[in-house]
Amino acid sequence: MDESDELFASERFQPPRTRRDFLGLAAAWSAICSFVMALIGSMRLPMPSVFPESNSKVKLGLPKRFDVGSSTFFPQHHLWLFRSELGFYALSSVCTHLGCIAERTADGKFSCPCHGSKFDERGRVQGGPAPRGLVWIELGISPEGQLVADKLKEVPAETIFKV
Amino acid sequence: MAETRPSSPPRKPSRRIGDPGAMKDFFANLRSAPQAFQDSLLRHGKPTSDRAKSQAIFTNFFLHLLPVRTHLHSIKAATTLGLGVATLVLFLLLCITGILLMIYYKPSIDQAYDSMLDIANVVPTGRLIRNVHRWAAHGMVVCVILHMARAFYTAAYKRPRQFNWVVGMVLFVLTLGLSFTGYLLPWDQLAFWAVTIGANIAQSPREVTDALGITSYFDLGGLQKELLLGAHEVGQEALIRFYVLHVMVLPILAAVFLGIHFWRIRKDGGLARPSSADALPPLLPAPSSPAPLKTWGLMGVMKGRTAAVNLELANTITTWPNVMYVIGAATMVTTLLMIVLGTIYDAPLKESANPAVPENPAKAPWYFLGLQELVSYSAFMGGVGIPTIVILGLALVPYLDREKEDIGIWFSGRKGRLVALASAVLAAVVVTGLLWFTVTYGWLRNWPATSQLPQIVITLVNPGTALVLCFALWSIAVVKTTNSTRMGAIALFTCFLIGFVILTYFATVHRGPNWQFYWSMSDWPEH
Repeated sequence: MDESDELFASERFQPPRTRRDFLGLAAAWSAICSFVMALIGSMRLPMPSVFPESNSKVKLGLPKRFDVGSSTFFPQHHLWLFRSELGFYALSSVCTHLGCIAERTADGKFSCPCHGSKFDERGRVQGGPAPRGLVWIELGISPEGQLVADKLKEVPAETIFKV
Repeated sequence: MAETRPSSPPRKPSRRIGDPGAMKDFFANLRSAPQAFQDSLLRHGKPTSDRAKSQAIFTNFFLHLLPVRTHLHSIKAATTLGLGVATLVLFLLLCITGILLMIYYKPSIDQAYDSMLDIANVVPTGRLIRNVHRWAAHGMVVCVILHMARAFYTAAYKRPRQFNWVVGMVLFVLTLGLSFTGYLLPWDQLAFWAVTIGANIAQSPREVTDALGITSYFDLGGLQKELLLGAHEVGQEALIRFYVLHVMVLPILAAVFLGIHFWRIRKDGGLARPSSADALPPLLPAPSSPAPLKTWGLMGVMKGRTAAVNLELANTITTWPNVMYVIGAATMVTTLLMIVLGTIYDAPLKESANPAVPENPAKAPWYFLGLQELVSYSAFMGGVGIPTIVILGLALVPYLDREKEDIGIWFSGRKGRLVALASAVLAAVVVTGLLWFTVTYGWLRNWPATSQLPQIVITLVNPGTALVLCFALWSIAVVKTTNSTRMGAIALFTCFLIGFVILTYFATVHRGPNWQFYWSMSDWPEH
């Protein structure tokens, strides 16, 4: 009995919340939570479910057009297509740093004009701020036999596409 | 008929039909209608008495945010340098010129650039209006930064003005957001590539999530970029989003926060002023001794025991017309400067946006160039990490430095001036030294032994983070040496300010194609 009296007398003792306090707080927080959730929910609208460039597959031409050892640039697709003895591979020339278009220099390496990132012939980082190598693009064959690149699909580096 | 006071309504003479009295009244009312309208508009006489001067302020919707009397210290030039008013004037100028530009501008990727050409070459006064809009945008960024520095160095962020400092930081971010969203709208090469870079900076948290291997579960960077662009690349979706942000969302937010900012100035007791500014002229006799038993304080008239009523008016003047003159002068100087600049210098417009060929160098607007220099070391650190640290750090200043001391004094006195000077010199040496080192010797990726380090090391250890660390250590050292958090805050703020200025200068003048170092623009290679 003495102990509990002391407890109630101490300064740190706070009387328990009354039922009315509790209900009031619960109502207030429910209102706040539902408002915040509604706000977050409305932010779903600007998140596109279909991208304007969703048809990211581009036809590059018949495979026989490209000689072994050739390299071809598709400027509108920011894409380099290479054919080695083993097969085809495609590198995106979009710099992995901040999205500028890396240029291919005479020695076959890539260098980005915006912040000086450098990549070697296979797109590996050689210098500058780029966080990772150039993206290797998925290649395929269309029903009529054309090479098709999917600009938004990445394949692991050194993936060679054999026709 | 004898004049009657308005308190007892005049007795209306009863009129009969055909009596000319009503028509007479009508013509008399018609004659005096302008005067009657003016009386209803301004419900006080000419502001000759103090009472009428007060009414001129508090019965006016636009002026009622001002106090009827203003402290003399507040209208001294050295108190604010007029920077707050200048910022507001620039914001209003931007609203006016912006609405005018909206009449001809078409936010479509096929028509945006052409409408810019129309505005520059065909629309009457279009070129001048666009130039003024451009210059006012630059001017607003400058004024906001200087205004922030003024508030900081005069310790105006201290109690009770902490929260208004935070509101100021929100307005700073909104100003930069307004500038950045406006950058895309001309749809020229500069716009397209600067925003491509900006959007990829928004995506740069991927640099960290990739390094941690959690991008497939939590892709904050990708989310931000998608929200901003509505696509994978800058295009029509991005243009309309930036347009909506630029002409609706951000201006409304800015206006709301401006309102809060001004309201808080008033509620927080006006502009910060030192206690010495409240010193009273020795006009009144000292309280009689022994002290009176009845005190005026008890009667709720005044604190204290003397009848020293209205003492707080001693150092004040009526807001009308004195403060009006100051505000009017600042407004006119600012507007004039913008019109002169807009008449002499044209806002740039490059060739139309070409997504295939990047601008080389693709430079952001000048106030982001310091960050762009840091971005060229690490996209995440320079574009997201360090700005977040700086903004959060600035917002926290009033809560970390709570020393009770006199406010409203530049640099808090001589010691603060010394700390600021030392910090400025240190920051200048460190930033210049680090830039020289990076330009001459490169950084981790350029050295054989460290060229293959994982990306997370490059993100964490680069010239940008080195600078931040150096500034932080210096500030801690200052706090320890001076035993004052205010001095530490001055040191940190000065370091960041000087760092910002030097990095901005360096990236503007000495960075050329491929982001390489050149002594001047004339050394850039032809291409």
